[in-house]
Amino acid sequence: MMHRKTAQFLIPVLSILSALLVSTVIIIIAGRDPVMIFQKMLQATLGSRYGTGQVLFRMTTLILVGLAVALPFQVRLFNIGAEGQLQMGAFAAAMTGAMLPASLPSLSAISLCVVAAMGAGACWAMLAGVLKVRFGVNEVISTIMLNFIAQGITGYLLTYHFALPSTVHTSPVIDAAIIPSFSSLTGLFAKSPANFSTLLSPCVALLFWVILFKSRFGFEMRATGLQPEAARYGGINAGMHTLTAMGIGGAAAGLGAANILLGYKHYYEAGMTGGIGFTGIAVALLAGAHPLWIMLSALFFALLEYGGLTVNAYIPKDIFMMIEAITILLVISFSAVGKRLQQ
Amino acid sequence: MGVAVRLSSISKRFGTFAANSNISLSIEEGSIHALVGENGAGKSTLTKIIYGMLQPSEGEVCIEGKPVKFTSPREAINAGIGMVHQHFMLIPTLSVAENIMLGNEHASLFQRLPLKEIKALIHRHALEFGLAVDPEAMVESLSVGEQQRVEILKLLFRNASIMIFDEPTAVLTPSEIEHLFATLRTLRDTGKTIILITHKLDEVLAVADTISVMRKGEIAGTMPANSITKPELAQMMVGRSVLLRVTNPPPNPGNTVLDIKSLDFCTPQGERKLHNLTFKVKAGEIYGIAGVEGNGQSEFLQALYGLAPAGTSLTGEATLKGETLIGKKPAEITLMGVSLTPENRLRHAVILDYSVSGNIMFGRHREQSFHRGIGFDNDVLNRYTRQMIADYDIKCGSPESQPLSSLSGGNQQKIVLARELSRPDISLLILAQPTRGVDIGAIETIHNKIIEARDKGIAILLISSELEEIIALSTRIGSIYKGAIVREFTDKEVAIKKNSEYEFKKEIGLHIT
Repeated sequence: MMHRKTAQFLIPVLSILSALLVSTVIIIIAGRDPVMIFQKMLQATLGSRYGTGQVLFRMTTLILVGLAVALPFQVRLFNIGAEGQLQMGAFAAAMTGAMLPASLPSLSAISLCVVAAMGAGACWAMLAGVLKVRFGVNEVISTIMLNFIAQGITGYLLTYHFALPSTVHTSPVIDAAIIPSFSSLTGLFAKSPANFSTLLSPCVALLFWVILFKSRFGFEMRATGLQPEAARYGGINAGMHTLTAMGIGGAAAGLGAANILLGYKHYYEAGMTGGIGFTGIAVALLAGAHPLWIMLSALFFALLEYGGLTVNAYIPKDIFMMIEAITILLVISFSAVGKRLQQ
Repeated sequence: MGVAVRLSSISKRFGTFAANSNISLSIEEGSIHALVGENGAGKSTLTKIIYGMLQPSEGEVCIEGKPVKFTSPREAINAGIGMVHQHFMLIPTLSVAENIMLGNEHASLFQRLPLKEIKALIHRHALEFGLAVDPEAMVESLSVGEQQRVEILKLLFRNASIMIFDEPTAVLTPSEIEHLFATLRTLRDTGKTIILITHKLDEVLAVADTISVMRKGEIAGTMPANSITKPELAQMMVGRSVLLRVTNPPPNPGNTVLDIKSLDFCTPQGERKLHNLTFKVKAGEIYGIAGVEGNGQSEFLQALYGLAPAGTSLTGEATLKGETLIGKKPAEITLMGVSLTPENRLRHAVILDYSVSGNIMFGRHREQSFHRGIGFDNDVLNRYTRQMIADYDIKCGSPESQPLSSLSGGNQQKIVLARELSRPDISLLILAQPTRGVDIGAIETIHNKIIEARDKGIAILLISSELEEIIALSTRIGSIYKGAIVREFTDKEVAIKKNSEYEFKKEIGLHIT
């Protein structure tokens, strides 16, 4: 099926190009020179060592939250809750990291914090899975609600129990729990928040690809997503796959939280996730929920997110949020058109 | 008599695949014209073109002498063409009269619906065409045969002069089929043109005036029905001579494998689908369950395979070699040595987006021989797939990469049967409608494989609404009606009655209606 493969590749590329075209028009209407804006953006991101580091840092989180959305998506579950899972993961990592004895060796401290973040993310996502399997609650609704609840819980615990006096953040994690940044060890990417998690995220994407497309577990998992009834006849436990897909997805979101918290901020702060969990939905959709394509898709969104910030002085960064949204709308529309054409 | 439908050099291509190529055909006004052919021969595509659901890539359609280019069924309906689909297009919660009017209300927005006229019309047609049905009844309360009458009344209400019937007898009982044929003949005698799509040769010969045989998207021939015999028709359909009957050497049954004792099935809605169902299947025999669909066969399979919906009340016993099946999960039941070929295979037995080889092991993917590491052994799988493709004559180019959905319907069916019939270490093989949707050439292969499995000592439970198939294969036959076996024919009875197949069919027919 050559047609299908080319369509899978062509649709995202066309969507990105059309979205860039639309944004060019908007920049012109706003009275700015689009060539100048895009040039500045490129200079400030891939053109500078600090900017590249910023893009890599954002890309890392986006790969992981993208995977958090993509894996459940393969089982036909729409995880809107990556944001909540990210918050719970970050909070758990901050709490664990702050409470560990300062004498702990670095490797165990980091591991404990990462496990805490992944566990918290996984539990939060699996809650939606349990509601679905046990009571048939639609996961779109439950994950949205769980986002609000996560916001409430972390907000309450922060404000009333764990915030340092007259600040909106917790006490920092012990030094041993900090994931070292590239600049601190090698001097690369000049003082940017890019840290060693960046090396981990492609491995996670690769692992997800192996699970989905190369393992027996993934064979069953995808079958459950494609034809749930046939899966039941084939002796596949669909409920189990719903739970594990949500759980593994939530764990990936937790890992994304570890990148921000242990690699950059080192403490939990109100609003620190800043909606990046929702951008994860866009990352997964643009990549067609394919773990390997997610790396490219995350790079694209990281460029837009940080690039938008760098040209904020000339043009509001909201324009780049529009590009993100337009790209996704186009991907969805083009896929629908493509399907109709194939029939 | 004029020509109702004339097709000139019609071709229809989907991508590079030609579903219809260069078809020219004239359908006489006031005749019953049958289109027969194997699955994938292009019958449905051709009728969809006539009915405006598809547009031809080339060629011209003329209706009553006028060239037409329909872009939607609505235009075809306005031109006097009607279609009775295989799956009825009725709204179950509306009454018969309301369904007949739907989409053609003969009333403006706030006007009262002309219910009285509809009732008068139904009454008139009931007398004339044998289409008796209560106009006030809810469609959901009607039998399948009555629902079909509603569909025909719909066409009459719209003044359709050309009526297309897509596999109209698939869901009917033998007596309902007779009734339908009488209606079709009366309709023809009043000047309506009937286009009948079917693959049942007996029925074509019984009711059609003219027969067109389709093969591989082309018309293989058109002839008057009284000038051709069944074997000749079959040969034209597949392009070679086929055995319509399988050689069935005497069976040698052993111990009881499946034992069903007073099984009752009550749906969560409180409907009782199985009544005290009791029978046994022995090793090395084929137990045929004959019956019209909807008499508890589906529910029985659900109960047997651990797939009954939550809230179902199940009582009674179902044991495999003494071990109970009730309350177990499908995966556990498979491990006990049970294979199930469900009737709705495209929905329940395959993953359409998976490759052909992925489907060859779907449901059997827990078998150790396919495993390597955390994944599958592609060498073993590919070798196995190639062997199945050769054994069952499955037409497919690249089984490792081609998705199952790109195969023709018949080949998709064969993949499921190849997979289930070659499962290792099974003691019970459950086959629901094993040859439905499969072409004549493949039926022969499948029947031989079923007999082969029986001779290996496997107990086989065959559920089929094709009486010919049941009689040709079964060692013993149970007639199911309203969730109970109402009459069981012993092996001796079957062996004797088989010799006069027509009489036997009639006798079974009496028990299942």
